Amino acid sequence: MTAYLDHAATTPMLPEAVAAMAEQLAQVGNASSLHSSGRRVRRVVEEARERLGAALGAAPSEVVFTAGGTEADNLAVKGLYWSRRAQDRRRRRIITSAVEHHAVLDAVEWLAEHEGAQVVLLPVDGAGRVRTSALQAELEAEPDGVALVSVMWANNEVGTVQPIGEIADIARRHGVPVHSDAVQAVGHLPVDFAASGLDCLTVTGHKLGGPVGVGALLVRRGLELTPVLHGGGQERGIRSGTLDAPAAWAFAVAVEIAVAEREAVTARLTELRDDLVAGTLEAVTDAQLSGPVLNGGSPDGGADGGSRLPGIAHFTFPGCEGDSLLYLLDAQGVECSTGSACQAGVPQPSHVLLAMGVPASRVRGALRFSLGRTSTVDDVRAAVTAIGPAVERARRAGLAAGTS
Amino acid sequence: MSGGVDSAVAAARAVDAGHDVVGVHLALARDPASTRTGARGCCTIEDARDARRAADVLGIPFYVWDLAERFERDVVEDFVAEYAAGRTPNPCVRCNERIKFSALLDKALALGFDAVCTGHYARLVDDAGTGARSLHRAVDPGKDQSYVLAVLPPERLAHALFPLGDTPKAAVRAEAAARGIQVAAKPDSHDICFIADGDTRRWLGARLGSRPGPIVDTDGAVLGEHGGAHGFTVGQRHGLRLERPAPDGRPRYVLEIQPVSNTVVVGARDALTVTGVDGEAATWCGPAASVGDRVGVQVRAHGEEVPGTVDVVGPDRGVGVRLDRPLTGVARGQTLALYDGTRVVGSATIGGTRRVA
Repeated sequence: MTAYLDHAATTPMLPEAVAAMAEQLAQVGNASSLHSSGRRVRRVVEEARERLGAALGAAPSEVVFTAGGTEADNLAVKGLYWSRRAQDRRRRRIITSAVEHHAVLDAVEWLAEHEGAQVVLLPVDGAGRVRTSALQAELEAEPDGVALVSVMWANNEVGTVQPIGEIADIARRHGVPVHSDAVQAVGHLPVDFAASGLDCLTVTGHKLGGPVGVGALLVRRGLELTPVLHGGGQERGIRSGTLDAPAAWAFAVAVEIAVAEREAVTARLTELRDDLVAGTLEAVTDAQLSGPVLNGGSPDGGADGGSRLPGIAHFTFPGCEGDSLLYLLDAQGVECSTGSACQAGVPQPSHVLLAMGVPASRVRGALRFSLGRTSTVDDVRAAVTAIGPAVERARRAGLAAGTS
Repeated sequence: MSGGVDSAVAAARAVDAGHDVVGVHLALARDPASTRTGARGCCTIEDARDARRAADVLGIPFYVWDLAERFERDVVEDFVAEYAAGRTPNPCVRCNERIKFSALLDKALALGFDAVCTGHYARLVDDAGTGARSLHRAVDPGKDQSYVLAVLPPERLAHALFPLGDTPKAAVRAEAAARGIQVAAKPDSHDICFIADGDTRRWLGARLGSRPGPIVDTDGAVLGEHGGAHGFTVGQRHGLRLERPAPDGRPRYVLEIQPVSNTVVVGARDALTVTGVDGEAATWCGPAASVGDRVGVQVRAHGEEVPGTVDVVGPDRGVGVRLDRPLTGVARGQTLALYDGTRVVGSATIGGTRRVA
């Protein structure tokens, strides 16, 4: 029996999304073709666009389909940087946070190395929250020199929710476009593109019960983006490439359900998460929960005052190596993650934890459990039962290797 | 599981033998290359993928464990330090001694494993009566790797598994192909795994700096200049740029490297002749040798075995052997491996040689 606690990595597809996709897979037609078959498929894409937009507070013309979250992030960061610089060469600074996903950070770093960008990494506090005062100061210092701001809505490793409303406000006041990677937020937090004040927003299918390989960048009407992919001119020239109609359809179905059921799912996940945290801290007394503290929920159903995602429980276990913990839990059928990007399969120390000031010694023993809509009390029980013995053995392995 | 055919077949045999097997690829390079270039280097990302696919075929779990820090410290830095001291190290021996059957084995035991299994060509034989375990040469003499494993004491051998010792290499490849393992035809990696282009001299030059210095004969007469003492090996003939030929017209060989004075000493082949070898830091794979024991002596990874007699067994882990017939080009820093038939008696690091002249 496997307990899957890695929903932040990917989620099982909703049966409704699978059905929607399967139905469309049998249809032939390129959405760009002018004949009936093409138009039939095109209609599927356009309805998907409308449904997705409606669920997320965006007009259909503000939805650009991509091949996933990474592509959408790259399109936002590079597309905005190039168009903003083309308008005014002075705009070289990219302001982003120190805890972004690599799809944003690496794109920004690439622009610095190859396209003359200057990167400003906004520091975060011990809970992983961006200090908006730092953003304010950066923008005030030289507003004309800033190309864009990009801050994720909620962090995928430790679950910290960023003050996106405030960040968007500050950026707008200085006339700087702002992008947010919301892949972890949609379905867990109220995400309304129009109300957010953002210029661009990334969302992806496979984090909310949709298929892998499809995502969207929501782009405020009138915002100019330089395309990353050139070709047939699809998506108003912003993103060329034959549209994956079945995937877009399944994506839209999944987003609708995720948004509609958000409150109920969030309430259930919060409870499961709280049990997981309590159980883990009891089993391993020197484990530390990363990110904002749990406050046990608030009366209006917004658990933790909206400061953290409902499903993520990230811990550090002193004296342990992440790869030892992963192996031991995997061997018990408990599937989770060290929460960091992997190069050739080897976990690297998390830049998120380091940015939060977690000491290097603790960063090695990091583990992220992430719950999702299909998570049950049995999953939590399996994790809580396995963690104590796993940590004990991992500590012994850490001592044996002379690394503690 | 290195991504090579030997470790893949070894894993397969361990599975067939009924063991609970987990495949582990060791990430030892700090900055692994993306793909293999021929047979040089090892443990690139491509190799990791080959290992993963072999694990898939075998249906076993697969992980990549990062031991790059330990490897750098215990193998690579040791390699550099040995050359800096004028010795010729064998990093594969150090890797087995300090990484595969030390860092890795310790971690594995702590995590609940019983043994580390590798694709080394060597045999472990357990005595039916006493239960004592001994290490033996592999049946394929061309591939035998008992020399690089001779540094392992009994308590480490107790947790080792070498399934390939009884099979010739060609048969291992055939077996891999029969099992559907993709790397059946992948070339063996040779040379040093962390020097991808095989240019040890240049690699050492980058680490240690290359200062020109004198090449002298045994009387101290200067015969030429070298571009850097590191990278020369005792017994080496090529790569010497000598201004004057020897009076007897015969080639000269590197006899000694003196790192402090940055001098390389050369001489005639006879001067390389060694009648005895003295080792330090001896490890015994079973009971220690005694003075008077007859042994087979091997001083190079793929060198011939020469009969000899143990004539020194010191309290400070020193051991010495007198050879029945002389050997040429024995380098300090290499491993002295002693055999009793096919059984490995033990090994030591060569500290000195006894010359004829």
